[in-house]
Amino acid sequence: MSNETAVLDDVMEIEAPQEHSAPAILSGIPEGRGDDLPGWFHARQEEAWTRFTSLPMPNRKDQAWRFSNVNALDLAPFFLGQAPDDDERREILARSSSLEQVAGRLIYADDFLLRRDPLPEALRNAGVILKPLERGLIEHEELFRKHFMAQPTPLGSLKFAALHEALVKSGTFIYVPRGVEVELPIEIFHWLNGENASVFPHTLLIADELSKVTVLEHFRSAHAGRRGFACGVNDLVVGRGAKVTYVCAQNWDESVLAIQMNATTAERDASALSLNVNLGGGYSRFESFSRLAGEGSRSDLLAIAVADGTQEFDARTLQDHASPHTTSDLLYKNSLSDRARTTFGGLIRVEPQAHFTDAYQTVRNILLSDDAEANSMPGLEILADNVKCSHGATSGQLNENEMFYLLARGIPASVARQLLVTGFLNEVVERLKHPAVTEYLEHAISEKLGRRPEFRP
Amino acid sequence: MVNQISPLEIERNAGNFAYPETHLHDAGVGLTEDTIHYISNIKEDPEWVREFRLNAYKTFLSKPMPTHWASKDLEAIVFENIRYYLSSGTQAKRSWEDVPDDVKRTFERLGIPEQERKFLAGVEAQFDSEAVYSNIKAAVGEQGVIFVGSTEGLKNHPEIFRKWFGKVIPTGDNKFSALNSAVFSGGSFIYVPPGVKVKHPLQAYFRINAENFGQFERTLIIVDEGAELTYMEGCTAPKFNTATLHSAVVELVALKGAKIQYITVQNWSANVFNLVPKRAIAHEEAEVKWIDCNIGSRLTMKYPGVVLKGRKARGEVLSIALASNGQHQDTGAKMVHAADETTSNIISKSISIGTGRATYRGLVHVPKHLKNCKNNTECDALLINANSRTDTYPAITVRGTGNSVQHEASVSQVSADQIFYMQQRGLTEAQAMSLSVNGFVNDLVRQFPMEYSVELKRLIELEMEGSVG
Repeated sequence: MSNETAVLDDVMEIEAPQEHSAPAILSGIPEGRGDDLPGWFHARQEEAWTRFTSLPMPNRKDQAWRFSNVNALDLAPFFLGQAPDDDERREILARSSSLEQVAGRLIYADDFLLRRDPLPEALRNAGVILKPLERGLIEHEELFRKHFMAQPTPLGSLKFAALHEALVKSGTFIYVPRGVEVELPIEIFHWLNGENASVFPHTLLIADELSKVTVLEHFRSAHAGRRGFACGVNDLVVGRGAKVTYVCAQNWDESVLAIQMNATTAERDASALSLNVNLGGGYSRFESFSRLAGEGSRSDLLAIAVADGTQEFDARTLQDHASPHTTSDLLYKNSLSDRARTTFGGLIRVEPQAHFTDAYQTVRNILLSDDAEANSMPGLEILADNVKCSHGATSGQLNENEMFYLLARGIPASVARQLLVTGFLNEVVERLKHPAVTEYLEHAISEKLGRRPEFRP
Repeated sequence: MVNQISPLEIERNAGNFAYPETHLHDAGVGLTEDTIHYISNIKEDPEWVREFRLNAYKTFLSKPMPTHWASKDLEAIVFENIRYYLSSGTQAKRSWEDVPDDVKRTFERLGIPEQERKFLAGVEAQFDSEAVYSNIKAAVGEQGVIFVGSTEGLKNHPEIFRKWFGKVIPTGDNKFSALNSAVFSGGSFIYVPPGVKVKHPLQAYFRINAENFGQFERTLIIVDEGAELTYMEGCTAPKFNTATLHSAVVELVALKGAKIQYITVQNWSANVFNLVPKRAIAHEEAEVKWIDCNIGSRLTMKYPGVVLKGRKARGEVLSIALASNGQHQDTGAKMVHAADETTSNIISKSISIGTGRATYRGLVHVPKHLKNCKNNTECDALLINANSRTDTYPAITVRGTGNSVQHEASVSQVSADQIFYMQQRGLTEAQAMSLSVNGFVNDLVRQFPMEYSVELKRLIELEMEGSVG
């Protein structure tokens, strides 16, 4: 990151730094890592490492890890990522495409920034900031320090949050000033490249009063079958009346161990929508903590998982209503094939003062094989009155009548199955009000489904 | 408008009295191996029971408190301050006339009306640890039905008793099943022979009547092939200053095609910890239905379960919980599907009043390679005051195709419009509240046996009476 000196506003590709051998992540913060960072940040990382080493590994007796395969959490094999060589860089950059039109784009591989497409001049002049994390923390120290990992980690991954804080090296810092609307999505790519590499992607988004912004984050592996470890954080701070949409397209290789932690804070009349499309990863855990801090705020939590092989998706959510007249709506859908497992552990918490809360939570699992397993723990904790709260969880299979209807019209069974599963999952994706993003996600979902034998004609 | 109503206080004075204690045997305070030998000696336990108790005691010591998921209030239980065995030393009585007068008076205050006995097939009432009154109508006895206390059951019918005892809920299931296994006394043992349909419900009243005295009754019910039984249990206890512990274990076995209905109305006084593992095994085409109504106690933790072991077995839990000021009703259900075509249904309704907290905790498990299993779970919670609390914590595991599971829960409050409408038609606010709350639980209460549903409605009305000035 020391060679990050070019003028920010040009499209630029960043040169590879010199090679040195990769240290294992469990050996701690590497020597010289914090030299070019401010002392306060370096001290924070050291403190986080101490916290990481003192906290116990999760075990299944812990409610936050009930049903989880905690044996998958072995971190010993993983190393800190190294800068990719020139061939790898070229290939990764060539493959980093999804939307035709974006407001800005950042591409990382193994936590090294490979390329940055800056925001248009009009947005820059309006004060919108899109910067790598390590520059954000220097150039906007006050704002950064106020919000960087400022929320609690109530969903079980305290240890991994500490690990992230200790080893985070790059990421994205976004600030949208009061009243500014960023129409096109900001796009971020994180690639896993090296053998047994690990990444600690961080996105910090601060949307000031009445602003509007959409972020699409991609998680991908450069090599099929290559193991890796991803431990990411994406925190959204949604100011008064602001509207934030965050989409995560997780498509790691199926041998990757992935843990992603989110904290969303919605101030008065703010509205946050997050959509997590989980396709990849061997064990992939996603924790989403949504805090309705201001009166009249709203949070939509959407997710789908397409699970097959021996994949395990582990979703934990908390809809925390801290103010009156707040709304949250969660919809998670999973399709499971082969020996896949999914776990949903969700809680709606309505605090004593949060009267007139509307909170909903819906989880639907569709099981397509005999060895698949879906666990659901939809929870409610209601300490206020005058609330409307409901949750529902279902687990079932393809509807026989619907199958029959399609077969009767001459549609082959495999196509009919894929149509029904696609229709089931797309209901979630279509809640997104960004046609281009929706189209991209639907394409990614059908690509994964299309690889499965039962869906092939 | 509902917010302004002062917290409602249940009418508890009916059970708030105590008569002088005349216990012949008293194991003293605290629990050691000596306590267990003392109980075994008094009860003249066979050697295998003594061993069973001692092993259970070791398990009890080794098990942690389940506070990693349950209420921290459990830590308020001081096991050293509890009496584990008390007995009046009298033999179980067969006729009402032999029952001591002060015990009779206690039962009268509890409201077991004399005429009710005509309708009830048998009354097995427990006063402290031992059954003091036991009466089965001749007709039921002639059918071969065994209805005795657990001590009598294990001594006189070991061939049936030993086969099932501790099999549905093993000693090591949790800390409190281990505790009960170590010190159990009292409770019922029932065996219904094949094909016998017991027309009238069998009934037992339990009661705690000694300060700091835990009641550890053990109930084992076996209903043989094609037989049917309804069992009712109701509890109330006098108020004491220090917390009391009630930790029973109830095991039901429904053999092929059998039907069991187990009805509980729990109304312990508000200082009792009520921690009761209850579980049934349903064999092929058997049906087990738990009707569980929790009104009293300080903290109740009770999740009646059914292991659906045979094809086409059916399990059902209907649960009503009323949590008033200072109470925590942590109730729910467990359904473990272990055979094809098994179905289960859980309906839970809870009402939280004042600072009361009602919790639904459930488990539904459908392992792989089962076909056509179905579960339906519905949880509805009603919040009366602004500081009332309700929680829902279900855990659902489904494997494989061909099964369907659905869970739904909702939370609401008494609608201001409804209250306004009724008041406009001349009802007082309290009457309107009472009507509204009764309406909320009505579809469940209707499934209760008549005398229980009347009692329940009366209890809810009583509750609402104190609600407004």
